[in-house]
Amino acid sequence: MQEVTEIRWHARGGQGAVTAAKMTAEVALSQDKYFQAFPEYGPERSGAPLVAFTRLSDEPIQVYSAVEHPDYVLVLDPTLLDVTDVTEGTPDGAVVIVNSEEPAAALAGRPEMSGRSVYTVPATRIALETIKRAIPNTPLIGALAKVSGLFPLEAVTDEVRASLSKKFGDEVVNANLEAVRRGYEEVSGE
Amino acid sequence: MKKWQIDDIDTWGPSRHELGATIPRSGTADDYNTGGWRVERPVRDREKCNDCMICFFACPDSSVVVEDGKMAEIDLEHCKGCGLCAAVCPRDAIEMTDELEARRKEEE
Amino acid sequence: MSRKAITGNGAVALALKQVEPDVMSAYPITPQTEIAQNYAQFVANGDVKTEYIAVESEHSAMSAAIGAAAAGARTITATSSQGFALMWEMLFIAASLRLPITMPVITRALSGPINIHCDHSDSMGGRDCGWIQLYGEDAQEGYDNAIQAFRIAEHMDVRLPVMTMIDGFIISGAIGPVQTLDDDKVKEFVGEYQAVNPLLDADNPVTVGPFDGLHGWYFEHKVSQNRAMENAMRVIEEVGAEYGKLTGRPYSHFTTHHLDDAEVALVAIGSAAGNAKTVVDGLREKGRKVGLLKVRTFRPFPAAQVAEALAGVQVVGVMDRSDSFGAQGGPLFTEIRSALYDAVPRPQVLNFIYGLGGRDIFPSDIEEAVSVCEQAAAGESVTQERHYLNLRED
Repeated sequence: MQEVTEIRWHARGGQGAVTAAKMTAEVALSQDKYFQAFPEYGPERSGAPLVAFTRLSDEPIQVYSAVEHPDYVLVLDPTLLDVTDVTEGTPDGAVVIVNSEEPAAALAGRPEMSGRSVYTVPATRIALETIKRAIPNTPLIGALAKVSGLFPLEAVTDEVRASLSKKFGDEVVNANLEAVRRGYEEVSGE
Repeated sequence: MKKWQIDDIDTWGPSRHELGATIPRSGTADDYNTGGWRVERPVRDREKCNDCMICFFACPDSSVVVEDGKMAEIDLEHCKGCGLCAAVCPRDAIEMTDELEARRKEEE
Repeated sequence: MSRKAITGNGAVALALKQVEPDVMSAYPITPQTEIAQNYAQFVANGDVKTEYIAVESEHSAMSAAIGAAAAGARTITATSSQGFALMWEMLFIAASLRLPITMPVITRALSGPINIHCDHSDSMGGRDCGWIQLYGEDAQEGYDNAIQAFRIAEHMDVRLPVMTMIDGFIISGAIGPVQTLDDDKVKEFVGEYQAVNPLLDADNPVTVGPFDGLHGWYFEHKVSQNRAMENAMRVIEEVGAEYGKLTGRPYSHFTTHHLDDAEVALVAIGSAAGNAKTVVDGLREKGRKVGLLKVRTFRPFPAAQVAEALAGVQVVGVMDRSDSFGAQGGPLFTEIRSALYDAVPRPQVLNFIYGLGGRDIFPSDIEEAVSVCEQAAAGESVTQERHYLNLRED
C-alpha cells in the first residue's frame, strides 16, 4: 500500500482552513509531491464548524473518500475542542496542533488527547501582530512544517511569497511570511 | 445552392439521408399544398379594396400575395381559410365563401 | 506542459479555455458553478474570444447551444443534476440534429430529498439520450476528456454530442495535481472546426429540425444515430491513442488493474474506481486474486471488449453510484451483466449500490464488496438482489 500522510483541519467558517489545506497542497506541488485538498462539503457559513482534509504522498493518490484516520490534526479555533472531538479516528501517536495561548501540557491532559502528541501555537495572536487580522491559518502551516518535517520552512515561505505577490504588495507579503516563520518558531509541545 | 435529388427518397435507407435530418434547402414549406384544409375561401372585391395591406400583415400563412405594392391575389395553395383577412378588412372587401361551392364552380 | 494544483472544475474550465470554442451558453448550478463562473471570467478578461450566452435556465442553455451549433459554431455548455434534468428534451434534439456540442457534467444526485452531493443519477439518467458519455476518475481525466471530446464529437464519422463526467465535489471541488498542455498544443490537437450544413452559410441555405411525420424517415435517422455511435467506438480509441502520443496519457474505453489472473473483479466508474484500485493493491499484497475494470466509455458501451477483459473471472462485482428503480440493478450492472451473457463460462455478476446523495465510499466498504464476491466464488450462495455499501440497514 502507498504511504499517504493524512491531515484534518478543524476550523470555523472564515478562519481560512480551506485556504490552509489548499496552500499545503501548493507547497506539496512545489516539492514535486502528490497531494489532495478538499473540504467536507456542505453549506458554508461564517462561524460554523467545518472540516477540511489534505493528503500528501510521494506516489499518486487514488483514494477520494474523506480522511478517517488522520496523522495530523490542526485546530484553528480552540473553542472547537469543547464542541467536537478533534481526535476522532486518529491513531495512537497522531499529532494534534492547536491554535491556543495555553501550553501544550494543559491540553494534553484532556481525555481525548490521551496517546496523542499535542502541540500549541498562539496563531491568532501571531496573526494579529503580523497580518493585523485574526486569520490563524498561515502561522499553523508554519507550525505544521516544524512539527511534521513534511516540508522545509523555506518551501512554505517560497509558496506564500509566490502566491501572495501576484495580488499584494511587499507589506502584505512580508507580514504573511513573518506569520509563517513565527508559527514555525513558536509552536511548542512534547 | 446544393442540388438535392429526392425523387426516390421513399426507398432511402439510413445512410443516404442528410446528417441530422437537415434539408439542404430553405423555404421548403412553399412546396406543400396546404390549401386543401380550407373550408371557407376568401374572395376579394377588387372594387372595394384600396390595397391598404392590413390583410397582408394579419395573414398567419403569408398567403396574401403582393406585387408592385398592390395586393395581387390570395395564394390558395397555402390559405387555410381562417378568415382573419376578412375580419380585419376596414372596407369589407373580403368575403368568406363556401369552399366546396367554389370548387364546384371551378370544375364547371 | 506544466503541473498545477487545481480543482477538478478548474481543470475542466482550463481545458475549455485552451480550446476556446466559439460559443458557450451556460447556467451555473452546484457543483458545476465554478466552470460557468471561471469561463465567464475568461470572457470578461478578454482571455478568450468566445461568445458567452448567459441564459435563464438549463433548458435555454441547451437550446441556445443547439442554435449556435446549428448556425455553425463550435459550442459548449456545462451542467449538473437538476440542470441536466431540465435540459432533458433538448439533449435528445442536440443528438438527433447531430450537433457536436460538448458538455462537462459534474455529477450530482437528483432531488428528492433535496441533495447537492455526488452520485450518478443525472448522467446515468441521460444515458439513452444519444450523447456519447465519457467518465473520468480524477481532475486529470476530467481535463483530458474535456479536450478529447471535441475531436470525438466533431469527427465526420461521428458528429454526435459528447458529455464528459467528473464526480461532483469529490473531484470537482478537490485540489489535486494536474498536468496541463500548453494552449497552442491544445488548439493544434482539436484543430479548426468544420461545420456541416451551417445555417449561417447564406449561399447554401438549409432547413434544420424539420417535421418528419408518420410516413417520414424518423426511423432511418434513428438507425443512423446508432451507426454513428458504433463509429464512435473506433474514433474514441483513435483519439485516445493520439492524445496519448501528445501527453503520455493514452485513453481507451476502459482500463484494467490486476485483471489477468483475477478470480473476482470489481467494475467501477468515476472516482470510486480510484478507491477500488487502492483496495485491490492492498488485497493483492495479502495474496487475494482480485482485479478491477474501470469504465471510461459508457455510451457507446464497449460490451465485447469488456466481456473479453472479464473472461475467466469467476465473480464480477459491479459498483453503481445510481439506481434504476425497479430494474434488475443499477445501470452499469445491467450493461455488464448483459455484456457477459455470451461469455463461456459465464461469470456470476453481483451489484453493489453505493454513494447515493454523496454517501462516502470508504476502502473498508469496497473490501466488503470484494469479500461478498469471494464468498460467491467459493461456492456460497449469494443473493442476486442489490447489495448496498455503507447503508444504514434496518
